[in-house]
Amino acid sequence: MARQIRKKPASKTANTVVSARIAAQGHFRTLRLGTPFQPRINALARTQDWYNWAGYRAPHSLWDEELEYFAIRSQAALFDISPMTKYRIEGPDAEALLNRVTLRDVAKLKPGRVHYTAWCDDEGFVLDDGTLFRLSPTRFRLCSQERHLPWLLDSAIGFDVTVEEETEAVAGLALQGPTSFAVLRDAGFAGVEKLRIFDLADFPHDGGIVTISRTGFTGDLGYELFVSADKALSLWDRLMIAGELRGIRAIGYTALNRARLEAGLIVANADFTTAEHAIRADRLRMPDEIGLGFMIDLEKGHFNGRRAILEARAKRKLRHVLVGLEIEGNIPAEHAIVYYKKSQEVGLVSAAMWSPMAKRNIAIASLERPFGDTIAEDLWVEIYAMRELQYQKLMKRAKVVARPFIRLDRRTANPPADF
Amino acid sequence: MKVWDAIIIGGGHNGLVNACYLQRAGLDVLVVEKNDWVGGAATSRELTPGFLYSNCSYVCSLFRPEIMRDLELPRFGLQVIAYEGGAVFTRDGDYLANYRDHDAHRREFARFSKRDAEAYDRYARDVTRQCRFIQPLLMRTAPDPTSLRPRDLGELLYLGKKFAGLSAQEMALTLRFWTMSISEFLDEYFETDVIKANFALSGIIGTALGPMSPGTAYVLLHHYMGEVDGSVGAWGYARGGMGAVTKALAASFKSSGGTIRTGAEVDHVLVSRGKARGVVLAGGEEVHGKLVVSNADVKRTFLKLIEEKELPDIFLRRVRNFKIRGSSGKVNIALDSLPEFPALPKDSPVYRGDMHFTDSMERMERAYDDWKAGRWSADPFLDMVIPTTLDPTMAPPGKHFMSCFVQYAPPKVNGREWTDADRDGFAESVIAQIADYSPGFRDRIVHMEVRTPREIEAEVGLTEGNIFQGELTFDQLLFNRPVPGYAQYRSPVGGLYMCGSSTHPGGGVMGAPGRNAAAEILRDLAKSTSHMSPAHDVI
Repeated sequence: MARQIRKKPASKTANTVVSARIAAQGHFRTLRLGTPFQPRINALARTQDWYNWAGYRAPHSLWDEELEYFAIRSQAALFDISPMTKYRIEGPDAEALLNRVTLRDVAKLKPGRVHYTAWCDDEGFVLDDGTLFRLSPTRFRLCSQERHLPWLLDSAIGFDVTVEEETEAVAGLALQGPTSFAVLRDAGFAGVEKLRIFDLADFPHDGGIVTISRTGFTGDLGYELFVSADKALSLWDRLMIAGELRGIRAIGYTALNRARLEAGLIVANADFTTAEHAIRADRLRMPDEIGLGFMIDLEKGHFNGRRAILEARAKRKLRHVLVGLEIEGNIPAEHAIVYYKKSQEVGLVSAAMWSPMAKRNIAIASLERPFGDTIAEDLWVEIYAMRELQYQKLMKRAKVVARPFIRLDRRTANPPADF
Repeated sequence: MKVWDAIIIGGGHNGLVNACYLQRAGLDVLVVEKNDWVGGAATSRELTPGFLYSNCSYVCSLFRPEIMRDLELPRFGLQVIAYEGGAVFTRDGDYLANYRDHDAHRREFARFSKRDAEAYDRYARDVTRQCRFIQPLLMRTAPDPTSLRPRDLGELLYLGKKFAGLSAQEMALTLRFWTMSISEFLDEYFETDVIKANFALSGIIGTALGPMSPGTAYVLLHHYMGEVDGSVGAWGYARGGMGAVTKALAASFKSSGGTIRTGAEVDHVLVSRGKARGVVLAGGEEVHGKLVVSNADVKRTFLKLIEEKELPDIFLRRVRNFKIRGSSGKVNIALDSLPEFPALPKDSPVYRGDMHFTDSMERMERAYDDWKAGRWSADPFLDMVIPTTLDPTMAPPGKHFMSCFVQYAPPKVNGREWTDADRDGFAESVIAQIADYSPGFRDRIVHMEVRTPREIEAEVGLTEGNIFQGELTFDQLLFNRPVPGYAQYRSPVGGLYMCGSSTHPGGGVMGAPGRNAAAEILRDLAKSTSHMSPAHDVI
């Protein structure tokens, strides 16, 4: 083969791909990006309490994390979900690809519907959970915590489908709480009352389109809105103006995290470790081990991880179970060790709080089977409560209970109520 | 007549680590060093007024923190400063940077490929898993698989258990990692050429192999196993240059009562009745010791310092065949100002990291083709750093020291010895490459030191200038390093030990060979090793 090595660097102008690439060099100066809503959020950020959400500057709280929680449960709370990873999956084989990749039967997901799903590697270990939006017969949006482009592209080999990452291009908002429907109606989204839980529809907005789904992460009445990034600020303003008389408040993650725990929902890399991030092989989890076994559809044909999941079920190789716990007292048991008979270590609490809605001390925990599975009695958590530089060590009884910890009729009521 | 408890041949970092541990165990230890300074390949030398040169090894990551702590090296001045990523310059006027921030790193890769940007997590996970498997082995003597001694069986069992603890998938990956080429390994994760070239450089550094040669995947792992204060895989600069490592070791050694003789080249090891009794210096002076430890590489030790008749045939043959091939050189440069790279924004952190110009796997492999043909690479691979961007001690303010590690450089040029003209040609290939990306670079040069394998062998004492004292291919690792049956720091000659990078776990300014050898010597002497920390836990 002839040597084709040019030593000299070429001139910069050559082609547009290169110049676009060069134009993007400066990102190193901004390590935490703002979302399309950042100007509005910055203006409301009285606590200036930020965290890093997948490379974005996201608020833990904006003004008061406790009161922000009550905004979710009493009025309407606006939470920026733009940093969520989003993929557009489109083409004649989009349904077939997603059936191959995810656990649930995508053929049963009609256009205009959303479902909560998860996907596994070939060993049956959960790569992530997320929501799948069927925008049309051949167009889907997959939202997730982690990033999966190589996995999706590799899985798509042989399917007539395109997969595109659209996290930055699409802005997202969660509008959650009892008055959320009223806010949308008052904002002029005609027909939004027709959305039943897990329905989605497109609505005109500012010369473009906003996709509204009756979904959320709070266990409450609520909606999620997706819009192209350039229409983000006008959407925010439209909601805030319409919501003024409905008590709308912008919130940070701490409040949302409380609501999701009451709803019994899990968070990837908080309540379980995703397979592509697990350095330690024993941290990997199958769907049955994190409470997602209900998603597995064995009737629909082959999907990634199916064989391994079946084998684990048959050979009883499922070692863990994720459970809801109700713990006596009112001291949150966050990251407490769970014991059997106060002595044998059997698991760990991954999230815990005093639930204002349930008036109970609740937790999500991962236990080693058979504990939490066939042995659910005599479980205890050891709480190390730091109080003025001393640990108050408490051994409290824990009871395995069903999730969600709260059920709100307004979440699914049709038509949705005003509050 | 003075008889030392132990004589260490060579004051490189491993020799000094070994000497420190032996001295602290109560032995009366002498280090003999041929140069007028200690340090071996870890030196800082003022080759032109005001500029300190890390003129051989130039960055620090692998040096074991357990050793720094045991030998109180911070008290004797050792500081390691983590550095900020780096970059590969591309021929289209751009660059691919590595940033410390996870999200910046992803966004940078996404400039070239969104897919590869999101493939990094899986790559990092797999590499980290492999590092965690190997890391605990660094500070342990490799077991002899043919031995039935309880200790060897125990160590083999430990290895076996660790391996059995891996999932089937990980075992497969481990075996692939130890045998694959870095090029094939990267193909499993990435599609973009420059992204692969960016990672592949760690697979070829110091190795007479190309990125497409089997075995180079492990070399990459070797460079990922280190840390800077718990930040695993990070690299840093020793403040004051790499000589700061050996300076601290020498000071630690002296403070515990050890003796160093510089300018004392060993001509040969005194052997009588199959046992080492000391060394004979170049001037004929005999220095007697109860045992002798060689920090020199295995070829230098057994082919130059010991008479052949003292050694078994098979051992001798294996030492001769041990791969310790010259493949790299150094160009060390004093600059009167910071070079500019028009492709790089002026406020880029890349100036404070490692810079490269080889933006494709093919260019890297072609550079290796030149080596095979007995030439230095016309289009060499450079690992270029400017430590003075973070270390104010090495040059006057505003002036800089630049270290260029250069690959490939053959041990002989077209089968003959290097000449001064060859050396100048080699240097020109480096300067021309840098100047292509940095206009005016030549005008900034105040002073330059060029080291081909010839200079490195003659001045540092590394055979063929091989930086690892023997290549890190799987056939030369663990219980096969340097020679099967002699992987536990002992040799066929009684009382003669090895402690250099030719022994397990290899080179890279790690200190582990020196430490592990000290543990074996003290075991033979039935002395306590309680002053030696075990390897830090990998949890």
